[in-house]
Amino acid sequence: MNRFKAFVIKEFRHLIRDPRTVFVLFAIPVIQLLLFGFVISTEIKDAKIAILDFSRDDLSEGLVNKILASDYFILETELSNINQIEQAFRSGQVKEVLVIENNFGRNIVHDGAGAVQIITDASDPNIASLLDSYTRNIILDYQQEISNKTQAASTIIDVEYRMFYNEELKSAHLFVPGTMALILMLVCALMTSVSIAREKELGTMEILLVSPLRPLQIVLGKVVPYMVLSFIDMLVIIVIGHFVFGVPVRGATSLLIGTGTLFILLALTLGVMISTISKTQQIAMMISLVGMMLPTVLLSGFIFPLKNMPVVLQAVSLAMPPRWFLQAVKDVMLKGAGIAQIWHYLAIMFGMLLFFIMVSVKKFKIRLD
Amino acid sequence: MIIAENISKSYQENQALKSVSFNINDGELFGFIGPDGAGKTSLFRIIASLLLPDCGSLKVFDYDVVKQYREIRQITGYMPGRFSLYTDLSVEENLDFFASVFGTTLKENYELIKDIYIQIEPFKDRLAGKLSGGMKQKLALSCALIHRPRILILDEPTTGVDAVSRKEFWELLDGLKARGITIIVSTPYMDEALLCDRVALIQEGNILSVDSPGNIIKNYNKKVYSIGSDNNYRLLTDLRAYPTVLHAFAFGQYLHYTDSNPELNINDLGTYLESRNHSNISLQVIEPGIEDIFIDLMETVKVN
Repeated sequence: MNRFKAFVIKEFRHLIRDPRTVFVLFAIPVIQLLLFGFVISTEIKDAKIAILDFSRDDLSEGLVNKILASDYFILETELSNINQIEQAFRSGQVKEVLVIENNFGRNIVHDGAGAVQIITDASDPNIASLLDSYTRNIILDYQQEISNKTQAASTIIDVEYRMFYNEELKSAHLFVPGTMALILMLVCALMTSVSIAREKELGTMEILLVSPLRPLQIVLGKVVPYMVLSFIDMLVIIVIGHFVFGVPVRGATSLLIGTGTLFILLALTLGVMISTISKTQQIAMMISLVGMMLPTVLLSGFIFPLKNMPVVLQAVSLAMPPRWFLQAVKDVMLKGAGIAQIWHYLAIMFGMLLFFIMVSVKKFKIRLD
Repeated sequence: MIIAENISKSYQENQALKSVSFNINDGELFGFIGPDGAGKTSLFRIIASLLLPDCGSLKVFDYDVVKQYREIRQITGYMPGRFSLYTDLSVEENLDFFASVFGTTLKENYELIKDIYIQIEPFKDRLAGKLSGGMKQKLALSCALIHRPRILILDEPTTGVDAVSRKEFWELLDGLKARGITIIVSTPYMDEALLCDRVALIQEGNILSVDSPGNIIKNYNKKVYSIGSDNNYRLLTDLRAYPTVLHAFAFGQYLHYTDSNPELNINDLGTYLESRNHSNISLQVIEPGIEDIFIDLMETVKVN
């Protein structure tokens, strides 16, 4: 155990003394996340909207005025029937249409409940969801105002939300799980494989092998520091995603972290496997970059939807660990899935993990070759 | 006791070791002398259980290098030819690390490495990568010794080290030998052969001869001539053209010459050289050095 501890301490020293490594470990995840985040989402200001008010009574006009009085929205056009909605979006100017039901005011006064519908152009999913939440907030405010004014026990304005063009909001918020997959691959697979290959390249592996250290101790000693660091990276990404970009964590946090940990282990063993077949740091880096990063970006569904891929590439993507991770994380974070809904993704990842461990242990050499 | 029997090792086309056999006694300072590419490093790696021989058997203190590599790794101190410590760790951190790996501490074995460590102790907080060549060797030796190995395997420990440090290094080895540690060392420097108890001359994967340096010199029965003139370069060409020449090579400011005829008349050689217009010829028979013998052995192998 002492041996192992000494090994882990040594690894941490290597890490700390190499500023480049520290940079890769901590600056890149944050930079990348912020880049992805800000490129995709922009602040809402003066978004052009259209209004389709079937009711045209005091209360509905009050609502419209309240929305337009905010800094966020500008009225582009007023519509008079449903068919114009599509047209308004097509023009490319209008990002949101607010539909107010017929007899909105009367319904509120009589039944204490009115209904509106928010329709957004979800071809830019992030903006769409931002518009939606801004509008909702205003409507909530308004609901409160009416309640106070009418002294009614409760007034409810039902908000129905619809998106045009991208109804499942497929890539919204996807950059957070995607960045997580990318960063964890980078930190775990790349850094581990490079650090083992470095021992080979510098000749220190020769001395480690001659020592009583077991191969498993050497490998675990290499893996532990990166496991700790990538765990921290994962938390940082989730926290930034949540508080800076408002990406929801709808499912259980523990499930999300558990899934992430499984993926970290998977990526680490992948790194160990790469290192068993590469003699130099450069080879390890090439294999990790070409073999891991590109598939993570291209074949996992992170950037390009899997459904639109040729069948061959879809088949290839089945073998990509990040694909299953992305699926699972997306479901947990965005859809609030529980373990019952994602267990098969986890099972596949676990299977891959066992496979990689087996191959690595088999391929790890107790001698030079 | 290290017993090697018919050890062979090939890398693809290249046969590094050709059925090599030898014995090394307990507490011996045993040297492998040979040029680069002779197979020394391969042999050392096999002894250290780092490399599998293609065939043959090798036992280190009754442990088989193939089957009982774990036991061998407990009792072996190995210093590879290339500096193989962590350059981004300090001197002390390197030592502490290797001590822990072997389940011991610097304090516990301080007395064993004291003579060596004392010389690098003033730099113990310096990163290993920033040490001079001689210091690096001493640190590497300290790390290889930290767990009190019974056998120490040093692959060309003095290559690339200045003359003073080389001398110091061999003095340290003598001190370790006195403690009963079996030391196997390889070197391309023939003058270092004289400092070993026994040496094996190794070339192109063959062991040419195993004996104490004294015996090797004593049993050598060819005459060696030391020859000089005003133009040593032309002299070498002319000597190599002499009908009964065995070999001739430059050695310092003189040439060393060996003839295939044991009854060679030194005057005949003198007359030949004069006829080739050499001036200021000096010509004398000298005691053969280990280098002369080694070159002779190499040449003989080549001819065969």
